[in-house]
Amino acid sequence: MSIWEYANPKKFMQTSAWVLPWITGLAVATLLAGLFWGFFLTPDDYKQGSTVKIIYLHVPSAMMGIGAWFMMLAASLIWLIRRHHVSALAAKAAAPVGTTFTLIGLVTGAIWGEPMWGTWWAWDPRLTSFLILFLFYLGYMALWGAIEDADTAADLTSVLCLVGSVFAFLSRYAVYFWTQGLHQAQSLGVVGGDRVSNVYAAPLLLCIAGFILLFVTLVLLRTRTEIRARRISALLARERRAA
Amino acid sequence: MIALLLRDLRLATRAGGGFGLGLAFFLMVAVLVPLGVGPEAATLSRIAPGILWVGALLACLLSLDRLFALDFEDGSLDLLATAPIPLEGMVAVKGLAHWLVTGLPLTAISPVLGLLMHLAPAGYPWLVLALALGTPALSMIGAFGAALTVGLKRGGLLMSLLVLPMYVPTLIFGADLVTRGAQGQATTTPLLFLAAVTLGSAAVLPFAAAQALRMNLR
Repeated sequence: MSIWEYANPKKFMQTSAWVLPWITGLAVATLLAGLFWGFFLTPDDYKQGSTVKIIYLHVPSAMMGIGAWFMMLAASLIWLIRRHHVSALAAKAAAPVGTTFTLIGLVTGAIWGEPMWGTWWAWDPRLTSFLILFLFYLGYMALWGAIEDADTAADLTSVLCLVGSVFAFLSRYAVYFWTQGLHQAQSLGVVGGDRVSNVYAAPLLLCIAGFILLFVTLVLLRTRTEIRARRISALLARERRAA
Repeated sequence: MIALLLRDLRLATRAGGGFGLGLAFFLMVAVLVPLGVGPEAATLSRIAPGILWVGALLACLLSLDRLFALDFEDGSLDLLATAPIPLEGMVAVKGLAHWLVTGLPLTAISPVLGLLMHLAPAGYPWLVLALALGTPALSMIGAFGAALTVGLKRGGLLMSLLVLPMYVPTLIFGADLVTRGAQGQATTTPLLFLAAVTLGSAAVLPFAAAQALRMNLR
């Protein structure tokens, strides 16, 4: 029993068909519980009022926007090294999900920033590197769409993903690197520094778990779709050859 | 490899090579911006470093699609790929040739354009230094983008979407270097970062670009 068994599309489809309903239910339950707890059962911040509650969308989606790129990086490496098609398709499937999370992170950040900082957008290093990550997602998806041959597309997008991960790392650690700028520093750590109060941290952690589950659900679902699409195109190609 | 370098230089400088186009574009940017934002010297000198860098970036981008595409079309890229020199070296040489015909001339004429943009006098040496240090990174990053999109019919637009985000660090540190230099502030930090970006991309990207070329030629 090794993880590479799931490189077999049939095995992957079987297992994911069994796992998917459970993980979907779990994701929905966690998200609903976390968001409800966060939105309705926590007190307003003494300075920020109820605007603080956008944190339950902003932080998890920003984390997953970056996390999705790392998942794509791992999948791309597996594709480049061991050439498992499921892996390449999973990377392809994760890109739009990651883009959406990144976009949610940017938009909620702007909505949060307007009342708090007095501006929708600031050219802060953290915000800038996150925006660049968003542009990388767009380029990645455009490259997938532009190349006709599926294997070449998987190869080239994998290389792009490796190079782009420099910027994903930059976004991830920009919170530590640059202490100047408007965006606050890391505040969910275990030790030291300015911390988010536990009243907010507990539902936030639940929301983060919910977003991770949501990401896994969406990627599994989309990977299954990609595998089916690949099968259909293979069948069509075979039919055309026979005719 | 030297023969390849000379060949690329000769192809680029002869008729139809588009040698002057990048330079002309750079000049057009430096002429159009003052017409657009108005000729006040104070405004212009404040935005001069950024505008000159953006102009250099776009001028570089303009000539990238010729980097591999022409050789890909007439088949000489296949010959180069099977030649006894490593493909990584070939990419590096082509990047160097691209820099010699775009980045270096841009650097050379940039003081004149700085004059048009009312750049502060203290900024000129920094402008030349920043462009000389930063444009090799533009050529190498561009070579990677060109290698990714070489097999595509209409790769130009896609390539700009892929390449421009990667140009951002070069742009930030390059423009910052010139701005600080023009205002007489400490310049060490952006200078070192700019050098790091150039050296890093020159060290890593030939391998990535060569890999992408192999995938495209397979």
